[in-house]
This record gives sequence, C-alpha cells and structure tokens, in this order.
Amino acid sequence: MIKEEFTRKSLDIAEIRTRLTQSDGRDYWRSLNELAHTDEFEEMLHREFPEQASELNDPVSRRNFLKVMGASLAFGGLTACTIQPEEKIVPFVRAPEDLIPGKPLYYATSILDGGAATGILVESHMGRPTKIEGNPQHPSSLGSTNAVTQASILNLYDPDRSQVVKNAGRISSWQTFIQKFEEVLALQRSKKGAGLRILTQTVTSPTLAQQLATISLEFPAATWHQYEAAGQDNAHNGALLAFGKPVNTYYDISKADVILSLDADFLYEGPGNVRYARDFSARRRVHDKSGEMNRLYMVESTPTPTGSVADHRLALDTGGVESYALATARQLGVESQGATASAQVATGWIAALVRDLQKHRGSSLVMAGQYQSPAVHALAHAMNDALGNVGKTVHYTDSLQAGPTDQLHSLRDLVNDMRAGQVDALLILGGNPAFDAPADLEFAAALEHIEFRAHLGLYENETSDLCHWHIPQNHYLESWSDARAYDGTASIIQPLIQPLYNSKSDHELLGLLTGQVGLPTLDMVRGYWQQEGKYTDFERFWSTVLHDGLIPDTALPSLNLDLNKGLRLASETGKALEEEEVEILFRPDPLIGDGRYVNNGWLQETPNSITKLTWDNAALVSPATAERLGLQDEQMVQLNLENRSISVPVWILPGQAADVVTIHLGYGSSRSGRVGTDTGFNAYALRSSSSMWHGTGLQIVKTFEQYPLASTQDHHSMEDRHLVRHADLAEYKKHPDFAHREVHNFPEDLTLYSDFEYNGSAWGMTIDLTACIGCNACSVACQSENNIPVVGKEQVLNGREMSWIRIDRYYSGNMDNPKVHHQPVPCMQCENAPCEVVCPVTATSHSEEGLNDMVYNRCVGTRYCANNCPYKVRRFNFLQYADRDTESLKLGNNPDVTVRSRGVMEKCTYCVQRINAARIDSKKADQPIADGQITTACQQACPTEAIVFGDINDKKSRVAKLKASPLNYGILMELNTRPRTTYLASVKNPNSEIVES
Amino acid sequence: MAQIFPRSANALAKTILVLVPVIVGGLLSILLNINRLDYVSKVNIPLDQPVPFSHKHHVTGMGIDCRYCHTTVETSAFAGIPPTETCMSCHSQIWTEAPILEPVRASFRDETAIQWTRVHDLPDFVYFDHSIHVSKGIGCQSCHGQVDQMPLMWKANTLNMEWCLDCHRAPENHIRPRAEVFNMLWKPPPDHDGRELVAKYKVQTAQLTDCSICHR
Repeated sequence: MIKEEFTRKSLDIAEIRTRLTQSDGRDYWRSLNELAHTDEFEEMLHREFPEQASELNDPVSRRNFLKVMGASLAFGGLTACTIQPEEKIVPFVRAPEDLIPGKPLYYATSILDGGAATGILVESHMGRPTKIEGNPQHPSSLGSTNAVTQASILNLYDPDRSQVVKNAGRISSWQTFIQKFEEVLALQRSKKGAGLRILTQTVTSPTLAQQLATISLEFPAATWHQYEAAGQDNAHNGALLAFGKPVNTYYDISKADVILSLDADFLYEGPGNVRYARDFSARRRVHDKSGEMNRLYMVESTPTPTGSVADHRLALDTGGVESYALATARQLGVESQGATASAQVATGWIAALVRDLQKHRGSSLVMAGQYQSPAVHALAHAMNDALGNVGKTVHYTDSLQAGPTDQLHSLRDLVNDMRAGQVDALLILGGNPAFDAPADLEFAAALEHIEFRAHLGLYENETSDLCHWHIPQNHYLESWSDARAYDGTASIIQPLIQPLYNSKSDHELLGLLTGQVGLPTLDMVRGYWQQEGKYTDFERFWSTVLHDGLIPDTALPSLNLDLNKGLRLASETGKALEEEEVEILFRPDPLIGDGRYVNNGWLQETPNSITKLTWDNAALVSPATAERLGLQDEQMVQLNLENRSISVPVWILPGQAADVVTIHLGYGSSRSGRVGTDTGFNAYALRSSSSMWHGTGLQIVKTFEQYPLASTQDHHSMEDRHLVRHADLAEYKKHPDFAHREVHNFPEDLTLYSDFEYNGSAWGMTIDLTACIGCNACSVACQSENNIPVVGKEQVLNGREMSWIRIDRYYSGNMDNPKVHHQPVPCMQCENAPCEVVCPVTATSHSEEGLNDMVYNRCVGTRYCANNCPYKVRRFNFLQYADRDTESLKLGNNPDVTVRSRGVMEKCTYCVQRINAARIDSKKADQPIADGQITTACQQACPTEAIVFGDINDKKSRVAKLKASPLNYGILMELNTRPRTTYLASVKNPNSEIVES
Repeated sequence: MAQIFPRSANALAKTILVLVPVIVGGLLSILLNINRLDYVSKVNIPLDQPVPFSHKHHVTGMGIDCRYCHTTVETSAFAGIPPTETCMSCHSQIWTEAPILEPVRASFRDETAIQWTRVHDLPDFVYFDHSIHVSKGIGCQSCHGQVDQMPLMWKANTLNMEWCLDCHRAPENHIRPRAEVFNMLWKPPPDHDGRELVAKYKVQTAQLTDCSICHR
C-alpha cells in the first residue's frame, strides 16, 4: 500500500460546473480531469504511453537494474540462437473414443451466482478446460455470458487455491478428518445432533437439499444455516410482506414496453442477468428508422451499467428511492400503511412516468433492486399487480432456494447459539463468514466457543484460519452437482477435469453425515434424479441431460398469488436525509463480487464499468458532495459509522446521488492469495446487521494522505472527435442520418497507396452503442481466448494494461446526473492502416481478407506501430507479463494462440485462430463459410448481441446489412484509415413529456 | 618528441582494415546460415526413440497405410501418434516375445504412455494443420520425404520458413491428385499440370502467404 503526501492538484469543481453549463450539452467527456485539463490528463493524452511508461521506473536498486539488464541481454540476444529443445510426444495407451487431438470438445455445465445457475459450454483441449461460453439451450444464458463467468475459469488454475487438508495449520489428510469427525458424530448421534450446525451459502441444488433433509432426519436437533454476504434477503422479506410467503420473482423483459427500475441493476447482476440483458436489448434495435423501442426509467443511488442505458435516470439517496416508490405506488392506486414520510419527490417526471405506465398496462414492469428495503419490493409487487403485469411481464414461482430463509436472521441465530456454548461442531461449506459477516455479530470471536470447526473452501482464508480443519473445495469445473436457474430450471453441473488437488465437494462432506462415505458424487446427483422416478428410459434421459446441461421442463410453475391488502410498511420507509447528513451504501463489487473473486487477476484488472477503477475499491462521492466537503480524488479519508471506522481513498463519481458515499465490498482481505491480498479496503469492517446495504450518520474525516488509484478512464484518449454519436428516437426518425452530420469524412479515393482487392471474404465488425451496457463480458472473454496477461496495479498506473478490447466510457451533460455512453474499442483493422506502413520488419501486415495481421515472432518491439495508431489499440509487453513458470496457469492457456514474450507488440486480431479454424473446415467440406459460422470471442460473450462480426463482401450477411444502416459510422474517418470496425450510433427513447434540464 | 606509432603500425592498420570486413562478413554469413546446417535443423539425423520403430518395415514391408496409425491426419491439425493399443493389435499376436518390443508391452501392461521423441517439431508460434494440406493434395512424401524407406525416423526437410514458403508461394510445384496423397511412390506423370489441380482444389495461392495463415 502506497501512501504519500497529498500532491495532486485540487480540482475546482465549481469552475468545471460553469464550464459545462456554457457548453451546448453535446460535448462528451471522460472524466473531471479532462474537463479541468489537469496535468495528469494532458500527459495521458499526448503520448502513446504516459511518461515513464516506457522506462523501468519501478523502485529498483542499481543491483536489480543490473540484474534485469543482464537478463534482457541474455533473453533478447540469445533466445534467437538457441537450438530448439527436444520435445516428447506422449500418446494414449488406450485412446478415448471421442477425442481427436487438436480438436476441442465442448461440455455443458452450469456456474452459480448467489445460488442461481447459468448454463455454460466449456471448451476442453485434451482434457483441459480453457474457455467458457454460454449455453444457447439454457434459458438464463441463450449463448451469452457475463464477465465474472468468463473469468471464473482462472480460479480453477489459480496456484493459490488450497490444495491439502489442513488440521490446525498443518498438513493432514481426508482420512484423518473422517476419523476425527466420526468421533464428533458419535457424540452428536446420542444428542440427536443438538450441538451440530451446518453453515452453507445459498442452496438451490436439489441433490444437496435432499442430503440436508436426510441429515435433519438423522440429527433432528441439528440446524442448517445459510448466509451469503450479498444475499437476497430484501427480496425474500419483500415477498413475505406482499404475499405472506417467500416467492421467487422473475421477469419476461421481452414483453415489457415500459420499465421502472427502483435501483435494480438487472442487466448486470442478480439471477437471470444475462437473459434479461438479451431480452432488453432485443427490444431496442432500431437499425432502420421504423423500429420501436422499450423505455427504461431508472431510479438509483449509485451509477450502474443498467442506469447507464436508461432513458431517464434519477440519482437519489436510499430514502429518496423509497419515497419515489411510495409516491409512484400511491399515484397508481396502491394502498399502504405505516410509512410516515411524505411522498414528496423533487422531480417533474413522476406524473409522466405514471401516465406512461398506465398507458402500458400489462406490458409495463416495475422492478426493485436487491439492495432496496423489503418495503420497496412489496411496493413493486403491488404496482405490478395494479398495472396488471402479473403473468405477463412478471412471474412468481416457489423460491429457488431449498429452505428459503432470511439469511441475516439465520446467521444471527447461529452466532447466538455459538456464543451460548450450544454448538459443539460447525461445518462451514464455502464462503468466508469470518471476513464478510456483519461486523457487529463478531462472528470470528464467536467461533472460538466451538470445539470442532471445519471449513470447506476453494481458498484458505480468514475463516479457515480460525477453524481446526480446512478442507480444499472442488472448483465447479471439477464437480458434479445441480442447481436451479432464475426461473427454476434444474441445471446440471458436470466436471470438465478431475480435481487438480485432493479437494472435496459439498456433497462429499455432507455425505459423511448421510452414510454416503466414499460414494462418488456422480452417483449422488444421478441417484437423486433417478429416484425422482419420472423418467422412464433413465439412461437415455441422463445422456440427454448431460448433453444439454439442463433437465427439461423443470422450470417452476407460475403461481397465482393474492396480494396482501394494505401493505404495512416500516415507519422509516422513505425517510429523507437530514441537513448535511451523509449516507453510506454497501454494494458487492461488480467484478470481484462479495470477495470470492478477489484473487482473480482478470477481474481485478478489468476496469469497473463506471468508475474505471482497477485493483481497488474507493469511497465514491458525487461532485457536489466532494465540493461541499472539500474532497479530492485519491484523498484518504476516515469513514466512521457507529463505533467502527475504516480509511479509504475518495473517488469523485459523476452521477452519484448527493450526500451518498458508496463503497464496494469484497476488497481488503489480508488473507487471500498473491493477487488479492492487500488490494483495496475492507468495507465489511464498517458494515453491521443494521446497515447491510445502507447506513446513515456517516462521519467523514479528511486526512492529507494520498493513495494512488489505478483508473483507466483517461488512458487511450482519442480526444472528443465525434467518437460517440447519439440521438433520441424522435430525432433519429426525423433525421436518420444524424450520425453523419457535422462530420468531415475523407474522400475515399484520396490515398497514395493502391487499394487492396478482396476476392474472397472481407472481415468486418459492427458494435451497436445502443445495445452496449458496458458490462466487460467482451473484454474478459478476449482475455481468456487470447491468453492476454495481467500486468498489476503499478503497470496499470503507467498505462500499460493489456486489454485488446477496452471499453471507453463517456459522459455528456451535467456532472450531477450525466448521460453515460459505453464504447468498446478493439483494433479497427483499418483498410489504410497507419501501423502497417511504419513497421520496419513487416511484423504487421495486411492479409488477403483485410485483417491487420500481427506476427509476434517477427516483432522486434520498435513500437512505431503503436505510436502511429490513432485508436490506441496496440499493447506492448514492456516486461515479461505472461506467466511462463506457473505450471497450473499454463494449463489454462488457449493452445491456438501464441503466448507473447517481453518486447512484443500485440493487439486484437478478430480472433484469427477462429477464422482459420472455420476456413479450414469450410475448405475441407468445399462449402463457403456461412454467415455466423465464425463468432469472435467478444461477440460470443456479449449478452446484448451488440457486437456483430462477419463477411462484408457477402451482402446478405448480418454485418453487411448493419453496415448499410444509417446509424453506421466509423471513428476518426477524417484520417482516412477506413476502419473495418464501425459503430451503430446510440439511440435512446426518452418520454417526450419529460423535459430534462 | 618521439613518434608514438612505429613504422610497422602502417602495415598493421592496413591489415586490420582488410580483416575487419572479412571477419564481420564471415560471422554474419555463419549466423545467417547456421539454421540451414543439418546439425542444427537435424535433417537426415535419426533421433533416439524408446523403440527403434521402422517405417520402412511397416510401410514397404507390410504395406500398412499411413492412416492406420496416423488416424487424425485427415480431420485434425495433428496427424496423431498411435496409442499403444494400436501397436498391440498386431504385436499381441506376432513378435510377442521380441525384447525390442518390451517397452510397448510394458506400456500396455502398466498403463503408462510411451514417450516418443518428436522428429518434426515446429516452433510453438507456427500453427500447422495436417488436414487442410492432405485435403488440398499435398502428399505425405512432399514434407516427410521417403518415409517408406526409413529404417529409423528422421527429418527429410529443414521445416524452415523459407522451405514452407517455397510451396506456399508456388503450390503448383508440389500439388498432386488427392487420391495419391498417401502414395509414397507417386511421381508426377508427364502430362501433370499442377496449375490445373490448384484451380480444381480452389487453392487461393495469394492467401497462402498471409502471415496469419501460419502465425497467430
């Protein structure tokens, strides 16, 4: 952790504000630094890489310097001269039937997020899983994935995973554990399990649920508790409030014309987010001007990807969101009691919103976010009921969870029992409660009262340190299991690889209590579905299930529920902040989640969609609040809540609600691995059971220390040269060519170089800015597909991050609630590529199909190409970033892409390995490459189908048709680079009755 | 003041002037040609193998087709090295006691793989695909030489980039009818015109020299 004297020049927010009001509102900007023209910004802007990025400026001693120089001579000079080392070929003794060496196989499995399953297909090369794709047959994926799913494969190969059973910190064995545990169980049997407790995360697995049920028969006095730091308690309690029973709510977004989201980031997180993003964007395609769009109203406290694509957005504190919900509900005729707050909302658009919702009865939708109080959830249920949306855009089913419960309540009961000495033995299945339980419960201290505590986990962590036993847990790609998707569809989890280490699954650990010792987990899962007895030809059924990854017709049936008359809401619902009061919001980190992915380098280095921060979390404050309190970016502050306090750096975030500080959870672990340890700040230390998602009465104490934050928002700036083009739907219909007005396009024939001829395919890409939600799925998918290395925070601060497809985030409008635009930028594969003509060794050259090929083994690292690239999409290996030493990480590399060395330039190639594979297949079959046969990794991952790739010479291809749309435009066309990657201008659909300032 | 350089220094300077370019030039030509040496490229040098497998015996003597063992040559980038099971399909019946085959039997018995030494080893940044070459009429013999005459396996060609490019620039000189790909004895008939086959098999010669065809 680096802290230094505060050297950053302070931003004059008032002056920026005046400057913004003077502009015509069409200007796009990336950061307040850019508006203020700070030195840091100018530095980033004018150089290919910021100052010293090209020098070795790590704090190295002379000795280290000499070592490094010696090494570079040795590597740089001599590797070219070594004789190739001898390699072995190791054939099978008996070859498996389906496996063709050199051809990947795909298996269907599922990944869990908060217990809910998303179907995936995993690519396997000779038994090594290397890449995750969505499962097109699975309802919660439809073929796409999100960033976290893409990155989850890295955890499988993480060398920091726990690898052995440990007893009191020393290496032990599973057998010894079984022996000791049997002794414990013998005692518990006599007490009917009165001293036995099991703590799991959210369970939706039917097989696991049955095991737990068996345990409760055998040990009737034992109890099972569930806790997840970012759980769905509010939705659970909201359903209780509205219907008197815990139900699962899911949405059919494809039928919704008007959506009101009360702080629900449904396109990015929560069960079904990938499916929702797909359905949402499908209703927003207006490639020709006849199209119609849905409309999204968003009320939220802190900017989210969903908020960034909303047609109308309000930034309110928690009380504001609640009173907004109350006011809307009242106007829609929903009766409620108890809330004392006056439903006054300082906005003009509530009346227009209500009219819009009422106009679309049965095709509108109100959603409440998982961080909103049960009252907001209940109000949302009531509003949907009043609007006749139930059964159309909203569906209710039984809870996905086995044993649905208020998890905070469940954990509190457990801690009370622990403290009262009633617990003899505790099994913790996954999770890290000693780190992420609410601070006031003092879970870690309460653990001390238990005689036998065992922790099953993927990593050794704070909790395993406090347990007698730690048992390594299987990664999900090593396990058999099952789980339910957002609509209840039972999905299968099947292993892609034998466990790399001697790890165990939840099923195996609970098997010790159910008399299933040593039973393979496959038999447990298979056995569960077999004894269901519904399937006549079970073998056939089972092989279909394994092929499809899901069990057909297991979506839970829709329920017809009666809404409780007169909702009884908590009295503090909608309570406004007092004068000068500041509220704190806790949110799971959008990338590392509740902390479970903290040791995942891909997710750590992926910039947050909105803040563009990497490797850290920060206290996010609005410009207005920063101005009022005199806070600066990167300034360390002490946050005091109740009697707890933490120190964090400040990050000023346009679009944040006033007087609200947001901090992301999951960071600040002192006990993760080499990647995650000591990144960011531990917000759990501030979070109590009374302030799970928000707390009032926050005190901010300023310090004069500075903590460098690695934000990429000013990196790779192309200045504001008509990069983002945007119009409202009405304007688009009036002027379909708005994307081409006021832009100087270069006459195409004006070039010194002769044109290339393309007789075969000519690859091209379009990226739809209306659809893009900035979710980073493309970026992480690219990293996984193309073996892109992680560089670390110091290197990101130097502007050396390696992502081949970056997502630029632009703001427009006022800084308190700006419009947000996301623009993914991969290599443009220019027709007149500036990079090609300057390479002295032709390491980058034009292919017959129009790609700018990049030949790593030819590159000598002059970096002329990067210097000449106006799009700043080329990435240079300043150091040996790719890990060539860690055995486990080598397994995860894509064998079809070279692992690059130090001193080599790299960039997006349109996934040329996939193009080549498809071309070879089609040539062998003597058929042309069909449209859609090749998908690039980014395209395949994209949940909103914003990225389309194909042959622009084939006039019937999707990409060629999109390029004919009036929305299609290229960026920096005035340079006559003639990019192959083009954009479809962003269109939003605001309500014409609402005039926003 | 005495002279610093004696008279003989003139001759020395002239010699150096002549020698320096000669030495530098010599070194450069060694550097440029070192990869063409058989010693470096291992052309015509048999490598040590756990079993002295003879292609000559199996192909010429027994008449076994290439694809009996190299099963994936038509479907995959990798031609395939046979599993021990393939060897044992014959050698469980014949030569069952031969000491030379003990590693094969041991492999089958103990379920441990035989570790062959790779003879044709391209650098890791080259992505060669057997299946497309075979389907476009490039014979095994064109790259691997007269394997049917090799009692032990060696490389017949350098596999250097210039050697690959010879064919990628002018495939008509090496292409043969598809039916003859696995024929080790094929000789172009007098009326053979490679250009016809190139057109017939739709080989896009211009594309064959794109960098990304082999490197990515």
